[in-house]
Amino acid sequence: MSLDQLYQQIILEHAKERHGNGLDAGAEFPAGAASGQSHQLNPTCGDEITVRVSVAGGKVSDLRWDGEGCSISMASASVLTELAEDLDTAELQRIIDSFREVLRSRGKVAADPEILGDAAAFEGVSRYAARVKCAMLSWVAAEDALTQALGRQES
Amino acid sequence: MVAPPAHLPSPAPALGNDEVLRIRNDFPILNRPVNGQPLVYLDSGATSQNPTSVLEAEQEFYEQRNAAVHRGAHHLAVEATDVFEDARETVAAFIGAGVDELIWTSNATEGLNLLSYSFLNASLPGAPAEAARFALGAGDRIVVTEMEHHANLIPWQQLAARTGATLDYIPVDDSGALDLEAAARLIGPRTRVLAFTHASNVLGTINPVNDLVALGRAVGALVVLDACQSAPHLELDVKALDVDFAVFSGHKMLGPTGIGGLYGRSELLNAMPPFLTGGSMITTVTMDRAGFLPSPQRFEAGTQRISQAVALAAAANYLTETGLARIHAWEATLGQRLVEGLEAIPGIRVLGPAAGRERIGLAAFDVAGVHAHDVGQFLDSRGIAVRVGHHCAQPLHRRLGLTASTRVSTYLYNTTDDVDAFLDAVAGVRPYFNA
Repeated sequence: MSLDQLYQQIILEHAKERHGNGLDAGAEFPAGAASGQSHQLNPTCGDEITVRVSVAGGKVSDLRWDGEGCSISMASASVLTELAEDLDTAELQRIIDSFREVLRSRGKVAADPEILGDAAAFEGVSRYAARVKCAMLSWVAAEDALTQALGRQES
Repeated sequence: MVAPPAHLPSPAPALGNDEVLRIRNDFPILNRPVNGQPLVYLDSGATSQNPTSVLEAEQEFYEQRNAAVHRGAHHLAVEATDVFEDARETVAAFIGAGVDELIWTSNATEGLNLLSYSFLNASLPGAPAEAARFALGAGDRIVVTEMEHHANLIPWQQLAARTGATLDYIPVDDSGALDLEAAARLIGPRTRVLAFTHASNVLGTINPVNDLVALGRAVGALVVLDACQSAPHLELDVKALDVDFAVFSGHKMLGPTGIGGLYGRSELLNAMPPFLTGGSMITTVTMDRAGFLPSPQRFEAGTQRISQAVALAAAANYLTETGLARIHAWEATLGQRLVEGLEAIPGIRVLGPAAGRERIGLAAFDVAGVHAHDVGQFLDSRGIAVRVGHHCAQPLHRRLGLTASTRVSTYLYNTTDDVDAFLDAVAGVRPYFNA
């Protein structure tokens, strides 16, 4: 597999123009929504990310993040932000499940662009075991934050 | 040290590309392609490759002599014990140690844990009187440096936490050198352990062992040397350096994984409480108590890494025959070529000593606007293997204002062409990522 198949243009662009990047650590959670926040660390390189997910009326009302990392991890967080906007919370969970299945398949499961949209560009990452965690980092954080938000909504 | 073989003219000429190309023929893996291109292996600081003589030594042991050592009276057991102890003699001579002063471990990490746990055992109630010199308690200090690999940091951090001792760090200055004035202030009468690396696995700095040993000796501290990045690359003589303990890993010096060594001064090893206990390390065992053998058996409980020890001896012989001084000089040349080349590329920041200053044959660097993982991926697509990440030195990276870096490291089988191919590829990194 060539380098360009891994670093698809869409990934290089998102790594530069990062959507949803910027989280004021001291800021209040958005009013009128239930929020969760999760911090994830990649111990092999020291990269870290914090993702905050807010839900209201069964939809994702806001997803923002802050972190430092490689182009794969930064682009992955940026694409996730775009996808999650106004999504039904159940749909976000479905997309996260699909993304995880593709990324952990070692190249065996093809990404479905109908479900994953731009995140399908990360399909090639699944062939690089050392990079799967980079792509998954923000998604794992988002899943954890979403679960927390939904829990708070119900209580 | 073993005398140089007769076929080498005396003194042997400096190592250069022509001889390195012949050396490469001894390393089968260097002939395989990676990503459709010739492999350029520049990650020997993480693990080195093995010459045929090492691979054959391990295979020969299993084909001809495999048996448990130090037990059994049958012929294979005798031969296995002989080659196992011959290997100890070879590797002990390689680092300048006495034969009873070299303990086999899995790797340097295990050697350092063996020390820290033995010191912990010495600190517990009921420890024998002769172990008192290893005991730590509240108010005692352990001194390490900011440039330590986690292997020479976390065992001491744990020991400090468990005994109430304090861990102090000798700072690293902006040129990648230890601040010796600060070291002189930090090392005091309560310093019980002084542990530092001989050569930094990130900065390439060679530390002034003599100065540090003098500071440790003046206060009666136990001096521990991490020789992981020096034993494979330069003439190491633990007696001449006058350290109390030293550790190294076999797989970084042409040997297999799973074997390393701990050197300790004989009188210390025989007074130190053992870490692992069990078979092969005892004298008399009753239902209530056991007596322990002297070093090295005292610290070698259970069936040992026999074939790996034999293979490591073959690796030591290969290095000795090539000549550590020649290897060191060649790698210093490669190291300077790396640093000069990297400093000439826009947006590259080399960590550690600047060009022209002494360093071992490795260099870690930061690429402006490109994460180390992406740098490594780009180089891999050109068949070039380097290390990316924090290189098990998070406190050092934090000190340098980084979370990760890219590290290139050479060995006796690298040519200047390898270095140039690497530099050429690095020049393409920032353009590719639009940095």
